[in-house]
Amino acid sequence: MKPAAFAYERPADWPAALALLAAGARPVAGGQSIGPMLNLRVAQPDAVADLRHLPGFAGVAVEGGLCRIGAGTTHAAIEDGAVPGRLGAVLAGVARRIAYRAVRNRGTIGGSLAHADPAADWVAVLPAFPGHAVALGPAGERRIPLDGFVTGIFATALAPDEVLRAIEIPVLPEGTRWGHWKFCRKPGEFSKATACLLAIPGQTPRGALAALDEPPMPIPDATALLADPEAGADALLAPIRGLDPWRRALARTALRRAARMASRMADA
Amino acid sequence: MTRIPLRLTVNGEPAEFLAEPRTHLADILRGELLLTGTHTGCEHGVCGACTVEIDGAPARACIAHAGTCDGATVRTIEGFGGDPVMAALRRAFAAEHALQCGYCTPGMLVTARDIVLRLPDADEARIREELSGNLCRCTGYRGIVRAVTRVLAERRGDDSGPGSGPVPV
Repeated sequence: MKPAAFAYERPADWPAALALLAAGARPVAGGQSIGPMLNLRVAQPDAVADLRHLPGFAGVAVEGGLCRIGAGTTHAAIEDGAVPGRLGAVLAGVARRIAYRAVRNRGTIGGSLAHADPAADWVAVLPAFPGHAVALGPAGERRIPLDGFVTGIFATALAPDEVLRAIEIPVLPEGTRWGHWKFCRKPGEFSKATACLLAIPGQTPRGALAALDEPPMPIPDATALLADPEAGADALLAPIRGLDPWRRALARTALRRAARMASRMADA
Repeated sequence: MTRIPLRLTVNGEPAEFLAEPRTHLADILRGELLLTGTHTGCEHGVCGACTVEIDGAPARACIAHAGTCDGATVRTIEGFGGDPVMAALRRAFAAEHALQCGYCTPGMLVTARDIVLRLPDADEARIREELSGNLCRCTGYRGIVRAVTRVLAERRGDDSGPGSGPVPV
């Protein structure tokens, strides 16, 4: 349980960080996913670039109806209310159920998303949100829609010389409904099926189904699921091939419960 | 392999030494500073035995590698000597049979102290959820949950909780 040898770099600024990535260094933020992989020698990078101390990596700013969450913002900060308003309440509920507090104190939203483990919480829920991942590369920032950021298992739309700099999500109006269900047999373990549903007043309800050993599946129109959770869940799962029956059952129940949670919120 | 300079503040004392970047904090604490109260169990961030405070918040020492810790302030189980919350937890762990072999106990205590300070109104379900990142293979958790419940009740001035009763000093 000791890592293979690697070189450690702590870049002083963003250009230095990008230069390290271009040279092949593995970016590390909170290190809560890559840390175990290093110890288990599943990952054996020659060098790691520690992004945690870079200026502006952590922190939340709201401007013009858009919330910009620095990629280095920890799960614990989000759990404790770093993101204001309705959006903050929704994200805090997700953050609180990530792993354990000792992990949430170090692990970051951007690190987790860029790592793109199919069972990770931000990977599972962020495709349901209208918004963008902000990638920083040699040519500056570019924006990637959240529902297209994770492209595969441990694969993202980031280029090799880009780093995830921030996540931008429009603030949510107070009437926004949210449902989220994550199946774990033990609190904090990796999800076996996660579903979420986001209904913003005046917009088509959206959602995501994830943690099925596949990249997250965005649900661009969750109207049918919200209207009839039973039939809606079955319709969403019908085209998915190759799922074990137990996994399919968990996914179906996660979808139904997320939809019912969002519906109940409307009645409250 | 190249070693890098590392500056830490551990239990209030500055410490400077050289370490391979791949060394993790738990091995540094145990091997370099002989602070063997920090235990290593799974060494991949699952069991919680190595939980220490890094910059004031609980964290897994086994997945905090040397370089990332440079400049950090660390508090291990040996560093809570004058802390009244930890003193209350130690008394409650003894009273409630919250430890048997003691392997998980340093990590349990660091986590328990965080629960007591961060979640003063936590009920049993929340305590169990918050303790879920620390594995104990002896007690079945009941004593640990009772001990944390007892300290929370003491701090609320409420002696009617399940952990109430005389506390040996």
